[in-house]
Amino acid sequence: MDFFKKYPKTFQWLFLLVIFFALCFAIEVPETYKFIRGQAEFVKDPNQSSYVFLGKEVRYYAFDVFWRLPPLLGWLPIWINDSLFFLMNEWMPIEVWNEDTQEFKSRPIVLQISRNLTAFMTFLIELIREILLGGLETIVAFTSWDWIDKNPWAELPGLPWTIVAAGAALLSYKLSGKGLALFAGLTMIYISVFGQWKPSMQTLSFILVAAPLSFIFGLGLGIAAFKSKRVEKALYPILLVMQTMPQYAVLVPALVLFGVGDHAAVIITMVVAIPPMILLTLLGLRAVPPEVIEAGRMSGCNNWQLMFKVLIPTARRDILIGVNQVIMVCFSMAVISAFIGAKGLGFNLLLALNQLNIGLALEAGLCISLIAILLDKMSLAWANKQTDYFGNLTFYQRNKNLLFFGVIFVIGIILSYIGTFLFKDTFNYLFEIPHNKGISTADFWNKGVDWIFETFFVYIKAFNTWLIQDVLQPMRALYLRMPAIATIVLVVGAGYLIGGVRSALVVCGLTLFIALSPWWDRALVTTYMATFGVIVSCAIGFTVGTLCFQNKHSANFMLGVCDIFQTFPSFVYLIPVMMLFGITDTSVLIAVIVYATIPATRYTIEGLRSVPAGLHDAATMSGVNKFQRLTKIEFPLAFPHMMLGINQTIVFALFMVIIGAFIGTEDLGQYILKALSDKKGAGIGLTLGICVAFIALIFDNLIRAYVQKRKKHLGID
Amino acid sequence: MTESVIKCENVYKIFGANAEKMLKDSNGNVDAKTFQENGCIVGVNNASFEVSKGEMLVVMGLSGSGKSTLLRCISRLTDATGGKIFIEGQDLLQLNNKDLIDLRRNKMGMVFQSFALLPHKTVVENIAFPLQIKGVKTEDSISKAMDMVKLVGLDGRENYFPRELSGGQQQRVGIARSLAVEPDIWFLDEPFSALDPLIRKEMQDEFLRLQEKLQKTIMFITHDFDEALKLADRIAIMKDGIIEQLDTPANIVLNPATEYVRKFTEEVPREKVLLIKDVMDKTKDNLGDLKVLEDEIIENVAEKILTQEKSVAVVDNNNNIVGSINPAKIINTVFGGRKNNS
Repeated sequence: MDFFKKYPKTFQWLFLLVIFFALCFAIEVPETYKFIRGQAEFVKDPNQSSYVFLGKEVRYYAFDVFWRLPPLLGWLPIWINDSLFFLMNEWMPIEVWNEDTQEFKSRPIVLQISRNLTAFMTFLIELIREILLGGLETIVAFTSWDWIDKNPWAELPGLPWTIVAAGAALLSYKLSGKGLALFAGLTMIYISVFGQWKPSMQTLSFILVAAPLSFIFGLGLGIAAFKSKRVEKALYPILLVMQTMPQYAVLVPALVLFGVGDHAAVIITMVVAIPPMILLTLLGLRAVPPEVIEAGRMSGCNNWQLMFKVLIPTARRDILIGVNQVIMVCFSMAVISAFIGAKGLGFNLLLALNQLNIGLALEAGLCISLIAILLDKMSLAWANKQTDYFGNLTFYQRNKNLLFFGVIFVIGIILSYIGTFLFKDTFNYLFEIPHNKGISTADFWNKGVDWIFETFFVYIKAFNTWLIQDVLQPMRALYLRMPAIATIVLVVGAGYLIGGVRSALVVCGLTLFIALSPWWDRALVTTYMATFGVIVSCAIGFTVGTLCFQNKHSANFMLGVCDIFQTFPSFVYLIPVMMLFGITDTSVLIAVIVYATIPATRYTIEGLRSVPAGLHDAATMSGVNKFQRLTKIEFPLAFPHMMLGINQTIVFALFMVIIGAFIGTEDLGQYILKALSDKKGAGIGLTLGICVAFIALIFDNLIRAYVQKRKKHLGID
Repeated sequence: MTESVIKCENVYKIFGANAEKMLKDSNGNVDAKTFQENGCIVGVNNASFEVSKGEMLVVMGLSGSGKSTLLRCISRLTDATGGKIFIEGQDLLQLNNKDLIDLRRNKMGMVFQSFALLPHKTVVENIAFPLQIKGVKTEDSISKAMDMVKLVGLDGRENYFPRELSGGQQQRVGIARSLAVEPDIWFLDEPFSALDPLIRKEMQDEFLRLQEKLQKTIMFITHDFDEALKLADRIAIMKDGIIEQLDTPANIVLNPATEYVRKFTEEVPREKVLLIKDVMDKTKDNLGDLKVLEDEIIENVAEKILTQEKSVAVVDNNNNIVGSINPAKIINTVFGGRKNNS
């Protein structure tokens, strides 16, 4: 008995586990239960039960309520679909003037707004795209096709790649110096020489529209939330869900609202990129010391000046992290939005994936990473730029860079003109190196993977079979064997033990939503894959992080590696594993592990670093050895931060599991992928996305509650 | 009578949801305890005083005494809950936003405890900031800011960022910034509290030098009694939002109004604070040959007086005898009666 009194928490946890297992064993698997594969759910089956809610019929397989809850929320996707349809096609028709037919036409207002928005986005993208690559569309936007036919010269010619490359280097030089200029130049040359110029510029034009717009809207909403508690309260739940929702669950509803193409991609990208920007703006503004605000007021700032000259510049550090996030999200969306017809590198990447061409995919992926890093560094340098008030500059000195660019422009044009003579019969390589006509190392990589596969075939196969048969299948079966009621008891109990009643209620609500949706089984599969991925990732991440932390240089090196891996488009991870392990869960899980290890490692290193130096000294003076210091001082203190790393690891893992649908899984992701090609998929896609977000939020809630308690206990804030 | 630049009449600042209603109901008799029971915290409790042109009023109090809150009421960084505040005859609480901004842009300057410099701006940009906010052209504001840089002795560091400067240097920037618009009224909120003792002393001397040159009307907040004695024309001692005593340093040391004030004065070396005229007798008989000025600090002339046997004549600036002082009085002042009111 003493033991229980001494460790009440342990006893409570044991008690919870006992109830959980008791429930698991008490509730038998119904004889009719089977995991339904593929499209079977959409087939009408006499064994199915059905109910009608708000005029919508929901069909489902009925089980004992303790085993699986009936899908009482099954009407939700259908209802979302119908509402969307109603909004787009019937709600509030207005009269619109049609240029072509010269008459008024009746159109629903939402459709009209979406058309106008679409036209505006398309115009912006085309404008930038045609400056970089040349074309007609922008001019047509102002005139008409007739006018173009009569004036064949009226076409934007596009810039030769030499000018863009040199221009980028020059701009980087002005912003930051030689290092960045060199990087910019090499990046551009790489892109061009490897024949990725056109898709890269297409992607770039898309980013150059999406990123600034996301930044402006995110900053604006962040400011609004900072100024008004009510706005913040309204935004907060949306932000939470958006942060954890798999990015391509948003694709489906956007498809319905905005159609297919670059413009829709830009809008979706903004939807995904704005939430982190808002959060970081808010965080930064909150952290501005009150005295700085007072100093601004006493300097006589009005509200506008206070916000833009004092608050935002002072909160710059966090806002810049926001910009970095926006850019990263934009590039990851550049790939994902290829699903809905965005042109550019993402499209090529998907194509390469479909052809299982690891080499091509790597090259396209590298382009994306390089441009992402370049833009990130340039925006950072721009924000940190200093003005010189004292230099007495001549006209030449002040406009040196502009003049240089003029010279480069002329040289570039002359070069490309010379090119027309040099490459008379082939392509003008000095103007633009066409896709697939550059150098390519694809063969090398492909052969490399082939060689690995052939050489280690036996081992790979043995490992694969072992993992699937002895680890994954049993684990999956265990997850599916859990009666719904037992799962809910376990999760809610954990919520109560960690965070009290409030936490328990939140977690209960989130779990019930998933349990009452038609996809509980799928959610279990998603969770099983994510759990496996997270456990392995954390094990690797903590070990690697701890080892690297022992030495300052290796720690910095590791953080750099994490940066690069994170900017790499997540899809690229899928190819090599798919080639080695085929279309199995192993492939997805290995991709998940590689991807999710990044935050686990990063947060471990950062957490260990955050341990105050004074404590190190105190520990050293107490005579601890390295190992003792690690276990007694550093781990306990770094633990809260490392737990936040686990949080990120879960989000990353879920994200990859969902993308794994591309390889072929049987979880929620697969259904999202299906919803993409389904006319009535919008509701399903959105509901599924929310389910995934809720899985992440359940863990997020538990971990945050724990971390807060722990931090309070340790007295760190 | 000198013109009063800052004038407070029955100023209250009470934090809490229904502070205004409670203040109205209390009829000006604010009791901190009953307010606290109702969820209100009293920051400033019935403060009335005037600061005249060119005077330096030091508000002294421990943390939580409401001294910073009082300053923020007068600079209207927060709105006072009750009472009236006049700045050069203008009713501060009646000013609209635009007039308030005008007032701050032209009349007020403020220095903060944690310096409150803008981290993204260099020294010279920080100092030029209030000017640029006012709409002064960039070139003019920078050249004016350079003058201020020289005034506070930071030449050669104008292109440094605040993070590259020491605490003392940062506060010099803060001082220069608050002076850039040439304000008449200067607020200093514990400007030297975050500095090391040696740097603090150096900055205090520097501050006195500046004030001699500029002759601003000053409200200076500190928690350091010695600093208050060193700098002030008059000192206001605050406790729990109430001004316990407002008087010249000498009177506070000689006649503490409350037990709380007396505790501060106990350890003060009087000979360093008091002037001859504060302790002299009015009698003018039986004087020796030595004459001392009435405005001399006791410490400076004590040795001379103590060598005399007779009383010493005290003269004003025109060499008229206004009183006398005998060596016994000096000894009594320096060593005696510290525990009692002398």
